[in-house]
Amino acid sequence: MTAISKYAVSEDGYYGEFGGRFIPEMLYANIENLRKVYLEISQEADFQIEFQSLLRDYVGRPSPLYLSKKLSIKHGASIYLKREDLNHTGAHKINNTIGQILLAQRLGKHRIIAETGAGQHGVATATVCALMGLDCIVYMGEVDIARQAPNVARMRMLGAEVRPATSGSKTLKDATNEAIRDWINNAEDTHYIIGSAIGPHPYPDMVTRFQSVISEEIKLQLEDKTGNAYPDYVIACVGGGSNAAGAFYHFLDHEKTKLILAEAAGEGIDSGRSAATSILGTKGVIHGCKTLLMQTSDGQIVEPHSISAGLDYPGIGPLHAHLIDTGRATVYPATDEEAIQAMLYLSREEGIIPALETAHALAILDQMKFKESDTIVLCLSGRGDKDLNTIMNYLDNQ
Amino acid sequence: MTIRQTILKKGKGILNVYCTAGYPTLDSTVTILNSLSDQGVDLIELGMPYSDPLADGTTIQESSQVALKNGLSLDILFDQIRQAREYTQTPIIAMGYYNQMLQYGVERFLSIAHDVGIQGLIIPDIPMDIYERDYQVLFEKYNMEISFLITPLTSDLRVQQADRLSTAFIYVVSQTSITGKSGEISDAQKQYFERIAAMNLESPRLIGFGIHDRATYEQACNYSHGAIVGSAFIRALDAEDVEGSIESFVSSLR
Ligand SMILES: Cc1ncc(COP(=O)(O)O)c(C=O)c1O
Repeated sequence: MTAISKYAVSEDGYYGEFGGRFIPEMLYANIENLRKVYLEISQEADFQIEFQSLLRDYVGRPSPLYLSKKLSIKHGASIYLKREDLNHTGAHKINNTIGQILLAQRLGKHRIIAETGAGQHGVATATVCALMGLDCIVYMGEVDIARQAPNVARMRMLGAEVRPATSGSKTLKDATNEAIRDWINNAEDTHYIIGSAIGPHPYPDMVTRFQSVISEEIKLQLEDKTGNAYPDYVIACVGGGSNAAGAFYHFLDHEKTKLILAEAAGEGIDSGRSAATSILGTKGVIHGCKTLLMQTSDGQIVEPHSISAGLDYPGIGPLHAHLIDTGRATVYPATDEEAIQAMLYLSREEGIIPALETAHALAILDQMKFKESDTIVLCLSGRGDKDLNTIMNYLDNQ
Repeated sequence: MTIRQTILKKGKGILNVYCTAGYPTLDSTVTILNSLSDQGVDLIELGMPYSDPLADGTTIQESSQVALKNGLSLDILFDQIRQAREYTQTPIIAMGYYNQMLQYGVERFLSIAHDVGIQGLIIPDIPMDIYERDYQVLFEKYNMEISFLITPLTSDLRVQQADRLSTAFIYVVSQTSITGKSGEISDAQKQYFERIAAMNLESPRLIGFGIHDRATYEQACNYSHGAIVGSAFIRALDAEDVEGSIESFVSSLR
């Protein structure tokens, strides 16, 4: 891994003023222990050998970098899709769960918990637990259990227990709350595999590092295809921010590569039903880190909305809060409707059914202006099988 | 008297009852504070309801949700305490989450809290090092006492840090769990209480989390200066007869 400087996490877990660890004492021992060992363990030779070989032989990496002719013509630039949808289990999430399960084993933990929104992280966690023979419990909001039913079935098939989160808006935030409470209750035998670049330090950095394989491959593949490893733009959707962090990582210090985030505007920024954190959010603390989040003046967290369960989160990872704050990354919002149209477009024009989350990244292409010579890499974070019910309902109601 | 003086003066058997402001109805707060005081509880821990209380079990989560639906805000809560202070002088400790203070403005929060008669705070997600670096001076400026939490997994070094920084008492979390558990006290827990007691800390110790009836309350008192009862009290509160249910709950404990 190349050393990153300006945007790297500090010793005490901060990206600029964002990050840190604001956790109750009940979690301190676990998180401090993780902080002490995560870098050392994940850089050991035997860890790296196992990690790399699983990514290659089990996940199917490297994932292809595919030049989409239709999108390139439509937007007047060269648009490449980084095909994380072709990974085993169908999304980028498994890059992180492979890394964390190897870490959990080395920490001697035999019970694994996770939160999930879209169910992709839940499936990726259930998968590595099946592989390694560890108990797996996945917390998922009741609303998401209904709208991402195929992934619930997959998790059960893989031997995981899916526990509904019934508080709040019954989505990703609430599933995360429940997972944290489980960890407090089972501090000694359990490892919590957080699925995004969120949470208390060291999670955002740890998840980012495990996902950084995305940009590591993009550089090699792009160099191979175009003779230049550095694109003009990297575009990714952002829920908590793990696929974006992985796709950005090796470009962070190359300021000529513009970093673009697509966030979920839901039914519209001003509709009261939105998850556009960068626009509606202010600085505060959620799930153990200081970042941007949607909240009232009394500090109560506001329930978000997005048609996409994976982006339906009132916060954003602290790295991204910092990138936005410093102007290094730019955010564009996409509505539910725009995401669905983009999903249909890619399905019908390229024969690729993307996840609804990913569709937000595709949707914002319409808001951007490119030069003919521009090279764009868009992180196609996952496939859309899980969303077919949502889309069919939508089409039936048209 | 400060919270610490109140505890040390009595020495043992301190009863600290937790209630959620604005629950069961918006206006219950004042009645509850006054009647807890009538029942002779030594300290009152008043929960500032939060949308996402990570350290709390379902009972306190649900009471917080109800309180927020009832329209409780920090400003209303401050008003309620101001009102209760016309009647009761029982020390009030407000318990809440860091983001609430942060959005309100930490100094503004401390200043108003002090003015209305809150004597101490428990904010479980402010790390000790951040408190020491950023807030200790402000807490001192507004005479606000603070209590830090320790658990069975807290190292001796951190217990000493909590002892040094806590100005009210040390909150001895009885087990590594969220609030609201209702089992008996195990041998492992007793050993942990003994281990902490043997450290000869300067701060008085109150044991909380899972203290729910006379037996657990008395056992906790055997190993410390007293105990904190929360979820069990919330469960016992009867919206139809707030005062009556408080009287019978407190007398069931001692
Ligand atoms: C396919 C896909 N893309 C993106 C996301 C959003 O997560 P993140 O922002 O961490 O990449 C999810 C989350 O569930 C997902 O399943």
